[in-house]
Amino acid sequence: MKFFIFRNCREVTELVLAGLDRRLGPVERVAVRLHLQICAACPKFSRQVALMRQALPRWRAYRDGAD
Amino acid sequence: MPDFALAVQALRPQLLRFALAQLRNEAWAEDAVSDTVLAALAKPQAFAGQSQLKTWLVGILKHKLIDQIRRHSREVSATTPDDEEDIDGLLFDDTGHWRSTPAEWGDPEAACGRREFFDVLELCVEQLPGVQGRVFMMREWLELDSAEICKELSITTTNLWVLLHRARLRLQGCLQKHWFGRDHAEASA
Repeated sequence: MKFFIFRNCREVTELVLAGLDRRLGPVERVAVRLHLQICAACPKFSRQVALMRQALPRWRAYRDGAD
Repeated sequence: MPDFALAVQALRPQLLRFALAQLRNEAWAEDAVSDTVLAALAKPQAFAGQSQLKTWLVGILKHKLIDQIRRHSREVSATTPDDEEDIDGLLFDDTGHWRSTPAEWGDPEAACGRREFFDVLELCVEQLPGVQGRVFMMREWLELDSAEICKELSITTTNLWVLLHRARLRLQGCLQKHWFGRDHAEASA
């Protein structure tokens, strides 16, 4: 467990993805938010993850219901 | 009620495709589909025209798939070399920075409004390597939570998170390559 608040892109990417499967801890959440404010690349990745998160339940409905 | 039996049998190939995508093993997939068809034919009154026949059958299939996963848990969770590949190493340099900046994917509604997008998403999911593909589909298609997946496969949560992490990165890369990196994604945006 890391408590240092500054994380690099690789570590933040891991946390952003982990957030889909578990609840992040308070330190992790602050670290992500902080990094996203100072990074040009990771917010784009974060938006990609948000898109996938929205698309997957709709894919499931489409797959299970469409003929 | 022969019409019902015919309608069920007609959906068999589709059920088999779903079962195969989840289990990645033909024999287990055949067993899951046979169990599904038998269960459906045994109590047609349970269907009673509610929703679509396919939706109803897929609901039964999902339970039968979990039975198969439980039965073969050790093989289901046996990783392949593709599962072990260090995806992060391809995306990030030694200092943890992106080798190339992720692209802007635009409005989620633009992609989600297109049928073809979901076909690409489906192909990307089905192309995930062995165990990553199975656990990803257990999570996103069978809708099991992390604890349930770990219990069924007898793997640790750390193990599961590594698999899901890699699966999601692969999915991101696949969508970039086959959808967002192409012109048609912009067409309806």
